[in-house]
Amino acid sequence: MPLRVGIAGLGGLGSNVAVMLVRSGFRDLVLADFDRVEESNLNRQAYFRRHLGMKKTDACVEILKMIDPEAEPEAHDVRLDEENIAGVFEGCKIVCEALDTADAKAMLVNTVLTKMPGTYLVSGSGISGWDSPDGIRTKHVFEKLYVCGDGTSDTGDMHAPRVAVCAGHQANLILRLIYGMEDEKIE
Amino acid sequence: MKANGKEMEVREGTTLHEFLVSAGYDTSRVAVELNGSVSPRNTYKNIVLKDTDSMEIVSFVGGG
Repeated sequence: MPLRVGIAGLGGLGSNVAVMLVRSGFRDLVLADFDRVEESNLNRQAYFRRHLGMKKTDACVEILKMIDPEAEPEAHDVRLDEENIAGVFEGCKIVCEALDTADAKAMLVNTVLTKMPGTYLVSGSGISGWDSPDGIRTKHVFEKLYVCGDGTSDTGDMHAPRVAVCAGHQANLILRLIYGMEDEKIE
Repeated sequence: MKANGKEMEVREGTTLHEFLVSAGYDTSRVAVELNGSVSPRNTYKNIVLKDTDSMEIVSFVGGG
């Protein structure tokens, strides 16, 4: 079975991570989001004005196929919870956490790490505001958990530059894991 | 006990939940790896900490 990567949440982090992975030639993605594209998303998320009102899963698949027509992302229009996460991301060796609230992030991380043994998790935490993007880093915090971000900023105002920097950290680490450039060996 | 690389004193009988709350963590926003394995959140109140424990705590902030 080919290595698959799950992306939980298709907002500023998830939509940009998906685009970067497909641009890098990686096609085996599982996407999950329950939301629709709104005007306020356009300042940082990968969508275009004509996507307003569309399901983020549909809009994201359309963008990915514009980059690579052979990409066949599996999209789940669903609100992730403790009960459905293992099913939605079944077979994913890496899951990218790109959800919105701190509670949802912690719920997803705890659920994947305790219910999906062997799965690597690449989380994003701390992307708000206008501070120097040099504060955004990739940290290997648990055996199977990496966290990208500055770890602290949560003012709620998010803008394209720092969000894209964090998405870049996540996508870069995912590619490093896939292609064996980290010490970890993904079987 | 060691938490995030720092030596800490814990009173005998302190649970993981009590320790996290007293250290200022919101337990609905954290993940904890205790002695190399991730502790399920519904076990925090049952886990009694020991001097020899070593834990990593990650606290998440919003934004995605």
